[in-house]
Amino acid sequence: MKNVLCAVAGAAALLISAPSIAQTTLTVATVNNGDMIRMQGLTSEFTAKNPDISVKWVTLEENVLRQRVTTDIATKGGQFDVLTIGTYEVPIWAKKSWLVPLDKLGADYDVNDLLPKIRDAVSVDGKLYAAPFYGESSMVMYRTDLFDKAGLKMPDSPTWDFVVDAAKKLTDKSAGVYGICLRGKAGWGENMAFLTAMANSFGARWFDEKWEPQFNSPEWKKTLTTYVDLMKQAGPPGASSNGFNENLALFNAGKCAMWIDATVAASFVTNPAQSTVAGNVGFALAPNTGLGKNANWLWAWSLAIPAGSKKVDAAEKFIAWATSKDYSKLVASREGWSNVPPGTRASLYQNPEYLKAAPFAKMTLASIDAADPSHPTVKPVPYVGVQYAAIPEFQGIGTQVGQQFSAALSGSTTVDAALSAAQSATEREMKRAGYVK
Amino acid sequence: MARMVTTRNKVISTAAAWLVGFLIFFPILWMVLASFKTELEAFAIPPSFLFFHWTTENYVTVQERSDYFHHALNSIIIAGGSTLIAMLIAIPAAWSMAFSPTKRTKDVLLWMLSTKMMPPVGVLVPIYLIFRTVGLLDTRTGLVFILCLGNLPIVIWMLFTYFKEIPKDILEAARMDGATIGRELIYVLTPMAVPGLASTLLLNLILAWNEAFWTLNLSTLEAAPLTVFIASYSSPEGLFWAKLSAASTLAIAPILVLGWFSQRQLVRGLTFGAVK
Repeated sequence: MKNVLCAVAGAAALLISAPSIAQTTLTVATVNNGDMIRMQGLTSEFTAKNPDISVKWVTLEENVLRQRVTTDIATKGGQFDVLTIGTYEVPIWAKKSWLVPLDKLGADYDVNDLLPKIRDAVSVDGKLYAAPFYGESSMVMYRTDLFDKAGLKMPDSPTWDFVVDAAKKLTDKSAGVYGICLRGKAGWGENMAFLTAMANSFGARWFDEKWEPQFNSPEWKKTLTTYVDLMKQAGPPGASSNGFNENLALFNAGKCAMWIDATVAASFVTNPAQSTVAGNVGFALAPNTGLGKNANWLWAWSLAIPAGSKKVDAAEKFIAWATSKDYSKLVASREGWSNVPPGTRASLYQNPEYLKAAPFAKMTLASIDAADPSHPTVKPVPYVGVQYAAIPEFQGIGTQVGQQFSAALSGSTTVDAALSAAQSATEREMKRAGYVK
Repeated sequence: MARMVTTRNKVISTAAAWLVGFLIFFPILWMVLASFKTELEAFAIPPSFLFFHWTTENYVTVQERSDYFHHALNSIIIAGGSTLIAMLIAIPAAWSMAFSPTKRTKDVLLWMLSTKMMPPVGVLVPIYLIFRTVGLLDTRTGLVFILCLGNLPIVIWMLFTYFKEIPKDILEAARMDGATIGRELIYVLTPMAVPGLASTLLLNLILAWNEAFWTLNLSTLEAAPLTVFIASYSSPEGLFWAKLSAASTLAIAPILVLGWFSQRQLVRGLTFGAVK
């Protein structure tokens, strides 16, 4: 009897103690976009497998998040355990020892499956400092019906001459159809992402090997002249205030024959629930000028752990789960293959089910492969990054230059004046920051 | 004849006032309308005004994704707490400066206002470091403290101008009749200062409710008020207008209701002393 009592007491003690496993609460800071919100919704799958970890989310708009997270990590505030950061931040922060290298992601994580360009972008000296959650490049999205009607055929890798020519031919302002829609809104992540990538294809660069700004070069002049002339003749009115969302709305409403922007847009423009032209969209690599570089960028939203975090093990477990192959399968089983976060793993692009569900997959992969953050343009550069230079000063300079270029597009300044203002502003900042003596 | 012109003028000025009122209110109306649209309709060009497919799905999504009541409660505590504390400090300060000014009163007032002349981002890092060290990051106490400090100069200035309007002669008359300081405060001064106090309170409450720099930067989860709630629905890539509108409508609802009920005091207080 005594034994039975002991056993019952023991079992009861076990039952009582079972739920009280020491809980680790992870605070994850992330951006507001479809893939991240989906991950938020699937968190219970992770916590079910890891009952000792609970996850709380802080979702913020991209620029607010960047400021918030930068303040916290620079002051070692310790408010976040997992950060969502881009390829711009990773090299800068890793060099400042602000991030924990991710070397314990588990045996079945398969680091070698990560797309090499994306992996490079989130690594420093061969060490992974952030795990890519989704990757993107940019490409041409075009209306196959309008091209057929005009008797034009889009090559897989068009030249700028072809794009300019086609845009002019396809513009029918009386019908409200414009040959091409491009970003014009000022900002280092807005028009400058597009224009820096475009400049790369014209052989221009932000800085020479000695960090001297290069806006006085003929390559930049050709880039900006081509852009402004093209948008004046074949772009929609008010283009200088258009960003991704505005152009997406225009394209989906059937007002653009071509749109060059992020590869993630492909899933929106081919979605009949969002787009009136869903069945008539084709994809091509971003244009080039025959110099060996296409005008496409490279970006990956990635998960990283701030240095000094006391919850590294739990955070690494979470990151490994969220960026694993199994996570892709989980999303596919719940919401279909076309909703799987793209652009990070080679295996996804070998999966026939994904290729069937995502007609843009081949071109997304080709675009990512065509971008090279270490050698972004034709001439050598001292910085890393395709559509940005990964130095802390770039956000400020990029936005300043972006305002000049946006003004050139709206016609309130000339191309020459915008370039010389960009040159002097950049020279001043680079001198102040000590890059140039 | 003269009377006809007057009637016509009245009609015109009434119509003009309604038009201006409608123009000012239009962004809020547009936001409310957009919150009942689908994302696609919210972005449609040309936009539809009333004839669209009305839906409440955005409100459902917003409530599913984030805990509105948690954020709203934080907003009430932070805005209310900081306002009350600011009033408690500001009333005696303004009172003494209005009724027994010294040679330096004007300089003191200007010095207080000078703290508002620096953009807050200039002191973000030092404040963040102090908050980290004393453990105030992501606490309501911390936010109450910082918003109270931030709004204090405005509160003192507003109260000071109201108190100055109160004629000193009335106080003297009360004293002549043998009123003690306590009676003087309660029976003479307070009734005359109520509109000023009420409008200062309300304006400060609205300022604290809408404050979006410190609340965004110093809170994470536990203390996050409605400003953080709204900021999580904006995005540079992807359609978000309908959901953002729903979140914003929810965020301004409490303060809108409060403002509606207290508009008489608000208008009276703001125009107090304007007409002599």
